[in-house]
Amino acid sequence: MTARNRELFALVPVAALLTAGFAAVFAQESDRLGNLSLTYGAYFFAVCLATHVFLRFRLPDADPYLFPLMATLTAFGFVMIYRIDESLARDQANWFLLGLILFCVTIYFLRDYEVLERYRYTIAVVGLLLLLAPRLPGIGQQVNGAYLGVKIGPLAFQPAEFTKIAIVVFLASYLREHREVLIVGARRVLGVTLPPLKHFGPMLVVWGASMFMLVFIRDLGSSLMFFAAFLALLYVATGRFSFVVIGMAMFLVGAWFFAATVPHVHDRVEVWLHPYAEARGNGYQILQSIFAQADGGLFGKGFGQALINIPGTQPPARLLPAAETDTIYALIVNELGLFGAVGLILVYLSITARGFKIALLASDGFSKLLATGLTAVFAIQAFVIIGGVTRVIPLTGVTLPFISYGGSSIVANFVLLALLLLVSDRARREAAEFAGTVPMGAPG
Amino acid sequence: MNRQIVKLFAFVVVLFGILIGFTSYWSVFDAKALEEKNANKRPLLEQQQIRRGRILAADGTVIAKSLGKGKGAERRYIRRYPEGSLFGHPIGYSFELQGDSEFEKFHNEELVGDEGEFSSILDELTGGTQEGNDIVTNIDTEAQRTALADLEEAGFGAVVAIVPQTGEVKVMASNAPYDPNRVPYELGKLNTNDIETPLLNRATQGLYPPGSTFKVVTAAAGLESGTITPETTINAPGSLEVEGTPLQNDFNEDFGPIALDTALTNSVNTWFGQLGQQVGQDQLFETMEKFGFNATPAIDLPGDEVYDSGVYEEGHLLHRNDPVDLARLAIGQERLLASPLQMTEVAAAIADKGKLMRPQIWNRVIDPDGRVVDKLDPSVYSEPVSAQTAEELTTAMEGVVSEGTGTNAAISGVPVAGKTGTAETPGNRACGGGENENQAWFMGFAPADEPKIAIVASVECTEQFGNDIAAPIFRDVAETILNGEGE
Repeated sequence: MTARNRELFALVPVAALLTAGFAAVFAQESDRLGNLSLTYGAYFFAVCLATHVFLRFRLPDADPYLFPLMATLTAFGFVMIYRIDESLARDQANWFLLGLILFCVTIYFLRDYEVLERYRYTIAVVGLLLLLAPRLPGIGQQVNGAYLGVKIGPLAFQPAEFTKIAIVVFLASYLREHREVLIVGARRVLGVTLPPLKHFGPMLVVWGASMFMLVFIRDLGSSLMFFAAFLALLYVATGRFSFVVIGMAMFLVGAWFFAATVPHVHDRVEVWLHPYAEARGNGYQILQSIFAQADGGLFGKGFGQALINIPGTQPPARLLPAAETDTIYALIVNELGLFGAVGLILVYLSITARGFKIALLASDGFSKLLATGLTAVFAIQAFVIIGGVTRVIPLTGVTLPFISYGGSSIVANFVLLALLLLVSDRARREAAEFAGTVPMGAPG
Repeated sequence: MNRQIVKLFAFVVVLFGILIGFTSYWSVFDAKALEEKNANKRPLLEQQQIRRGRILAADGTVIAKSLGKGKGAERRYIRRYPEGSLFGHPIGYSFELQGDSEFEKFHNEELVGDEGEFSSILDELTGGTQEGNDIVTNIDTEAQRTALADLEEAGFGAVVAIVPQTGEVKVMASNAPYDPNRVPYELGKLNTNDIETPLLNRATQGLYPPGSTFKVVTAAAGLESGTITPETTINAPGSLEVEGTPLQNDFNEDFGPIALDTALTNSVNTWFGQLGQQVGQDQLFETMEKFGFNATPAIDLPGDEVYDSGVYEEGHLLHRNDPVDLARLAIGQERLLASPLQMTEVAAAIADKGKLMRPQIWNRVIDPDGRVVDKLDPSVYSEPVSAQTAEELTTAMEGVVSEGTGTNAAISGVPVAGKTGTAETPGNRACGGGENENQAWFMGFAPADEPKIAIVASVECTEQFGNDIAAPIFRDVAETILNGEGE
């Protein structure tokens, strides 16, 4: 069976999930939700099929499972958001469409993605400048004490979602070129292997950028995500675990310093350690998130059955704050139980596995590092938000990829997926040619 | 680089494993503890999503029901009390934010339909929605209405009526009343109203000096212990020196040597004071405790909302080894405090040939399909006196109504047994500190020869005597109940 046919078959469970999910929510809340709702499922699936056809022509050999896996997450998120608020689901559907368009545009214009290497400094600078935008007067927005968003007219977006791709592209390209020098030039000082300072300079810039995010735009989650992706790439590129240890130490010292001196960071850590101390204040969100999970149990309460709002409040006051964004995972545990949550995590793990598989297959350094970096940043993002909601780490405001409500997140992650599929298409074709078999083209 | 990529993947697997571990902990292993946290309002909110069962009076009058509002997951039920303040006591209230009280609180599990772990798991698997059971009470709507109306005319106080043979509570009225429908809007105001204290159920939480009604308990102790027989005479002078202060009869009347009948009919203080001393503290306390004193009444109301009757010293109950003035205790003075419910239990026990039944407000539980799933099974709390002693006490108490201090309780054509009480409560701050205020009581049952109902009426802060203000209430309520029986 060709890769694309496998992809087509893999989309069948997505359709089933969508139908079942919408039907369940609809059956539960038909009196609240308009009966147009069932057409959402059909519309969603039609768009997925169209994208599949596009992939048949442009990337016939790309990984067949990534797109269906991401479609599963999107469909799932779509049902959850629809269940929270019909109008949010409509927005999300539009963002989903825009995301797919950018997905196709990326694939169409970046067939030779090495071109990215040529512009790596430009990409890095633009990425970092984007981060600054939320602090600019007039267009910047402050949410929960963090400067995460930019609003120009009706268009609002969170630049960090795009910066994460820019940083990965830059690091992959930079490390591809400098990895040998970083390894060879390393010196042992006091028993610790240190990288050569000259080539390490740009790395310090990345560290500086994430510290900057921590303090200046107060985006703890993205900061953690960036730095972890950086360490992952550095490790894969150099094979030096000691670099990771040094990097981690630097980050921890920086984070500890800011936790002690910057009130916003300090609060987040305090709430993480002692949520009951301010059960009605700062601790409210994390506690409600955990209570929602406790309410779910093994099997959950079922789609549309969990309590999100405090009954009787008008306008509805949220019992579970930010249910459509930060704490959507808690809502999933509440409605689908531990089993549903484990299923979700396994989907993320499968995507990660496919992503690293692409990196393993890729033949050139840039492709390998790019696929590794994109996969790592994706996996870490999922970890940062699920870990935040389950109190593994302090709760920060990053989105759950493909599930949380939010335009920037959906669009940026589809671009990320497009890049992964671009790398995959070439890697698999080359692998097939190397094995001596004729690659299967798209029919027609 | 491939080796590192594989290791990196292994690291991600570990990270995601941690996520699954934490999710399991919160959603399954620690779930029970989390649900009990104070900060967790979910269980309370979810309880409001269950249609709580109705509470009905014995005649089917709806005392409490739940109305649904909102739809889907937002649907919740709000409690309504169609009769307003009529059943505010002893039914109480149940609201999302204000919590619950009295009968609503005690019978919460039946009303929300919690019938054990097994059926709730079954419900979860079959997707059934939990529904509450209805509870039919023993409360007699008309008698309750009569009692409350009479009290509102007489003053703050309480009326309790119990069926002696079963313990069924037919009336429990407390003035000042409150409308439970108002609780969501003015709980704070109700709580801080120190003059009317409308949330105080005076029938169970009002502790008052019982005065002469307690002489029945003293007489019971005397007869039961063999200290006296109905024929035994004790010399009753107009005044008696006890512990340095004179104990006097009304108008210092000297009765000479008299027996129990005459002593009770005329409520002779010096006679009962001496009897108390002869009986002794051990015996008196033993009889008191058998009647229910020094313990929380075994009624179906929350234990912390029903107060113990007994001899109090600075908020603590005294026991049989503590020093008390026996002569004054015997006539219902000496720091003795009793609730109207407690005194009704005394009357009911005598009416039921010496057996005290557990007083119960509920009668049966009816599930959503209309089946009776539980029914009151009357049970004996204690046997404070023998049938013979009960009969002798009844005879004496009949004299009180027919020719003694309680003639206003008489019902034409029906023999009534009873006892008045008028405890002086001068300088009582609750009464505004007046010097002539009394706690007026009437305790009795009817018909005396074949008791159907035992009733206590108690009125606070009145300048009138038990016979003037409490006995008429007893008569009205008894007539309403007995007429209702005949229909």
